[in-house]
Amino acid sequence: MPEWEPVIGLEIHTHLKTRTKMFCRCEAGFGAEPNTRTCPVCLAHPGALPVPNERAIEWTIKLGLALSCRIADRAVFHRKNYFYPDNPKGYQISQYDEPLCIDGKMSVPGADGDTEIGIIRAHLEEDAAKTIHVGGATGRIVGAAHSNVDFNRSGTPLVEIVTQPDIRSADEAKRFLQLLRQTIVELGISDAEMEKGTLRADANVSVRKQGETGFRTRTELKNMNSFNHIARGIDAEIRRQIQVWESGGEVVQQTLDYEVKSDTVTARRRKEEADDYRYFPEPDLVPIEPPRDLVERLESELPELPGVRIQSLKELVGFESALDLVSTGNERKARLLVEHGLDWTTAANVAMNQLAAIDPLPANGPALVELIKQRERITREALTDSFASSATTIIDVKDVLAQTVVGDASELEPLVDRILAASAAQVESYRGGKQGVLGYFVGQVMKETQGKADPKIVNELLRKKLDS
Amino acid sequence: MIDTLRITAEEALGLVERGEVSPAELHAAYREAIAERDEELHCYLTLVDAPDGAASIPIALKDIIGTKGVRTTAGSKILDDYVPVYDATVAQRCKDAGLSLLGKTNLDEFAMGSSTENSAYGPSRNPWDTTRVPGGSGGGSAAAVSAGLAPWALGSDTGGSIKQPSALCGNVGLRPTYGTVSRYGVVAFASSLDQIGPVTKTVRDNARLYRIISGRDPCDSTTVDVPPVEIPEAEDLNGVRVGIARELNEAEGIEPGVDAAVRRAIDLAAELGAEIDACELPRSVEYGLPCYYLIAPAEASSNLARYDGVRYALRREADGGDYYDMVARTRDAGFGDEPKRRIMLGTYALSAGYYEAFYGQAQKVRTVISREFAAAFERFDVLLSPTSPTVAFKLGEKTENPLAMYLADVLTIPPNMAGLPGLSIPCGLSEGLPVGLQLIGPQFSENTLFRVGHALERALGFDTVPERLR
Repeated sequence: MPEWEPVIGLEIHTHLKTRTKMFCRCEAGFGAEPNTRTCPVCLAHPGALPVPNERAIEWTIKLGLALSCRIADRAVFHRKNYFYPDNPKGYQISQYDEPLCIDGKMSVPGADGDTEIGIIRAHLEEDAAKTIHVGGATGRIVGAAHSNVDFNRSGTPLVEIVTQPDIRSADEAKRFLQLLRQTIVELGISDAEMEKGTLRADANVSVRKQGETGFRTRTELKNMNSFNHIARGIDAEIRRQIQVWESGGEVVQQTLDYEVKSDTVTARRRKEEADDYRYFPEPDLVPIEPPRDLVERLESELPELPGVRIQSLKELVGFESALDLVSTGNERKARLLVEHGLDWTTAANVAMNQLAAIDPLPANGPALVELIKQRERITREALTDSFASSATTIIDVKDVLAQTVVGDASELEPLVDRILAASAAQVESYRGGKQGVLGYFVGQVMKETQGKADPKIVNELLRKKLDS
Repeated sequence: MIDTLRITAEEALGLVERGEVSPAELHAAYREAIAERDEELHCYLTLVDAPDGAASIPIALKDIIGTKGVRTTAGSKILDDYVPVYDATVAQRCKDAGLSLLGKTNLDEFAMGSSTENSAYGPSRNPWDTTRVPGGSGGGSAAAVSAGLAPWALGSDTGGSIKQPSALCGNVGLRPTYGTVSRYGVVAFASSLDQIGPVTKTVRDNARLYRIISGRDPCDSTTVDVPPVEIPEAEDLNGVRVGIARELNEAEGIEPGVDAAVRRAIDLAAELGAEIDACELPRSVEYGLPCYYLIAPAEASSNLARYDGVRYALRREADGGDYYDMVARTRDAGFGDEPKRRIMLGTYALSAGYYEAFYGQAQKVRTVISREFAAAFERFDVLLSPTSPTVAFKLGEKTENPLAMYLADVLTIPPNMAGLPGLSIPCGLSEGLPVGLQLIGPQFSENTLFRVGHALERALGFDTVPERLR
């Protein structure tokens, strides 16, 4: 349906991996027994007051700078008021109309060129506690028999990044998120893992006819826990909205959940959404006024960003591989191999495949390149073992090369003859039409040579002898 | 025998330092006085036994100040069984100074009120006349100091809750500059206005206690470093420029007896060498009170949201276990009328579509008030006015009319809106009841207020012991 154009904006939340929480000195992070990392502040006891985490503020500025944002001279924390059991104070400390980072952009490389996605803001807030609703059909609070609350997460620093509605496809949204995630990880401010909930993304989706300049009603899509699900959820919602418009209906502004199993979206019950958060400036905190020299120092410390590196890698390995290398972190492995003399295409290939789950020691660079160059001469098993061990031990190239493949037909021929002679029944069976028996002979040869025979040569030899 | 009615905190400290009386004996003496008089006055909600090894004199704390292991109710049923797991910074600083906790004093629920009649535990009574209120919200602390049931006490002041009861009970009460005393651990009412301060018999006692509790606290981001506190000595007012703001001194509702006592105090200031001149605060007094009744309820509506029945204190279960119903039932059962009234006012003032007209506008007016006071303090070191337009009123006189009750703070609220310090000292009697003189200074001028207050106190020679107890 080419006449419909999707309009997508994203809201991303990422936990900062500071040692302590945003407004108290409780340890942040996962894995502790429920409600063991709490104090009067994050449990909202009477009289408790927030004290901001300086490092979280610095890290948010760092992220803002990486997203080409302007850092506000004066940023204000606001209270967002609503009742929910995971919100102990009855308000969340967040930022409203004076956020820390404003008006940025991120360039998203695509196969057909780059698109620029505007960043409205990046601000700092605190996360809620974790609730588990027990009983009831939906797993939500309405209708639940009771709810368990774990306040360990209460008050974890959270950065919210809001994009302009500049994204035009689910795939573009996914690429934006991949790149953003990699930027966050490389800045060292978060692990940004969707499975752990340290990165979450909601999508605002609407569609409009090609050529329309205004926006139609948008919906908010939540509850998606991988980049692929986000892309699929957005696609499902785009399909639904187009269907609604084309059947003469009207899209209603609402919050939706993406259901993976049915690949559809379902509306949330209204009671779970407050209509009016009654924002007002948090009187327990003074405004943040980042000193200029701090902002300048953080800016000077920024590493070369993933987006920039994709641009240069694109020339060497093509767009798809460049995006894949950078957004998976496999780029570092490819660079190690190239550094020691491997060509970019092979290096990218090995980094994304054989080394995808392995993080080789830099000292193994020369050895890996040597082995890759001579891989024809090495058994597959030996090569796989070498790759695997490259993360922990120094590879001895000579030792591996000693396990060279027996690829010389004249060396293998006597062995093949001997095996065929000893397997009269199988030979008959093969000649009777059971081609599958070939595998049996190959297996025998490999066994005799302890896996060192080149399977290609063995196959050729066997066919020649059996088919003659 | 220790005469707890007469003895000042400074004198009590002297007795202990010289080893003439042990801290335990002193604590016991006050407990005896409490046993004798508190049934009638109802100053205390909770009493505490003397701790082992107390090093110094006792103190009473308003029951809005969190005390580890000691029930802290804020005068509300919703915190009826709440025992804090940590000490408020001011409570800790008192402990560090060796002061022993005598008990927790009565207050209007969540410090919302001017008479203690909004306490869920019943009102306190004025030691000068037990048919009258001690003022509020810190009526318990003020009545306790006045009646010799504590050598000194701490209160909290949002719209006048230290200054006004101090005036009505004949005490010295300081509302410090916003940001000089930590609010950490003090049950929040209106965060941008709440300040903790001393309630004492003398200005020197007040300065001593302020010295103990003030100063930057890493747990309260709104606190700042405070200039060293000087215990006042001088008995003259040479070179002190005193302003008399017409609107604060001629406001509607100031009783003639109050006016007369304040005028005598101003004349006395002139005799002591002060330069007196008139000035005007046209917007501060007219708009101070309405501005306060937007900002304070707005912040309160948010601060009181944590009492939801989920984690501690009161909880009323709902039929069928619905969370929202549980919260509504808990809050309905736990809060009295005044907190409910202010939560509703504040929620309204912050609501979408009303924010700019109410809360937003009130914040702008607040800036105007601050500027008006700042301009006055270019000419003056201190402004003098009545603290309260009236002397202590009868129990029940204003309970049916919240607006009349709100007007009790019409003179204390304007400087509070500007974050300014204010000291109330007794300056005489009207109809046999104490009249309070309010001294207002620029930010961080506590030393000036103590100096002026001390000189006037000496010259006035007011007897702080209620006539009926002499």
